[in-house]
Amino acid sequence: MTSPAPPAPATLPLGDDALILSHRLGEWAGHAPVLEEEVALANIALDLLGQARALYAGLSDLLGSEDEIAFLREERAFRNCQLTEQPNGDFAHTIVRQLFFSTYQQPLFAQLSPVLPLAAKAVRETAYHRDHAEQWTLRLGDGTEESHTRTQRAADTLWRYTGELFQPVEGLEVDWPGLAEEWHASIGDVFARAGLTVPAGPSEGAWSAGAGRQGLHTEPFGLLLAEMQHLHRSHPGAAW
Amino acid sequence: MVTASSRSASFAALAGAVPDPELPVITLAELGVLRRVEEPEPGHVLVELTPTYTGCPAVEAMAADIEQVLRSAGAAQVEVRTVLVPPWSSDDISAEGRRKLAEHGVAPPRPGARTADPGPVLLGLSPTRHTTEHARPSAPEPVRCPHCGAADTELLSRFSSTACKALRRCTACQEPFDHFKEV
Repeated sequence: MTSPAPPAPATLPLGDDALILSHRLGEWAGHAPVLEEEVALANIALDLLGQARALYAGLSDLLGSEDEIAFLREERAFRNCQLTEQPNGDFAHTIVRQLFFSTYQQPLFAQLSPVLPLAAKAVRETAYHRDHAEQWTLRLGDGTEESHTRTQRAADTLWRYTGELFQPVEGLEVDWPGLAEEWHASIGDVFARAGLTVPAGPSEGAWSAGAGRQGLHTEPFGLLLAEMQHLHRSHPGAAW
Repeated sequence: MVTASSRSASFAALAGAVPDPELPVITLAELGVLRRVEEPEPGHVLVELTPTYTGCPAVEAMAADIEQVLRSAGAAQVEVRTVLVPPWSSDDISAEGRRKLAEHGVAPPRPGARTADPGPVLLGLSPTRHTTEHARPSAPEPVRCPHCGAADTELLSRFSSTACKALRRCTACQEPFDHFKEV
């Protein structure tokens, strides 16, 4: 079933990025390699969920309550970038996804701080997410042969979803080329220190350029939504 | 005689004295999350609250506690709003709040978070024991052990029992402790 594309206000993609990545990180609960990481991933997920709620609250006139926005939209109404919906994979995969995303989100929020209160609020939290992902990338890339191999594989696999991050979002006053340049410089620096190779492949496929921002998603996203939304849809108004 | 302004002031004092739901040793006023307490019309109290972290689940508990306290003090209607501007900073914790945190075994945040550039490098997290080789060149003011006061402490995890705290360990007395992060 497809539904007509709803209006997509400028901050919706930011809220969707936060919600979807928060959900992915929450999937680690009970499965993280060590207790500290269990707590860390849940903490980052909580920060992201808070971002999503604050951003959705600002859209309630257009799109309804935060529950309606999160749980009652169809796949094509979500504007998150495809990077955030990618499955967790192994721990290295989750860390590289977080590094790619937080290295994008933090300077993006810094740029948006003067016009978007949530960005001004969250930018300092995202700095912790970025630092956490960076420290783990160094540890894994520069760790054992196994951890290095897995981290490099994660980078190679996720690279194709990074080009989309810098597709301009209509309505957001952002220096997108500058953001892309800063991102590549930072990732290059972290990878060099971690002994990792910046992937040489394309950072976007012809099929994926800006796709998530237009409501086109990868196959795993439907499964994520099914899990995330089924309780609310099966038991409308359920509370506990 | 109780004037409207003195009533407002007493509502503000009552709201400010509500303990933090997760760190009950310090009050909401000391934590710096109460932005405004007013009585725009008799019996109607408006409270503005700002979250420490965007996703902090304690905000809802804070709002409920404030409402309960003010209602039992005679407010007929209590409205608690969450505001984000200006963003809360760990610099908003009062000196008394910092003292109480340390006394409770939580290393208080180091001052100057608000003026620092919001970058991951400048937040001044020190390297973990696993990554000493990646130590940053300019070490900021150390996080002191709240138990023995030693400056030589190490980061165990950037994220601890709540979003606002990191887990550290003192290398002098070996005790682990929470550190209220600078933000």
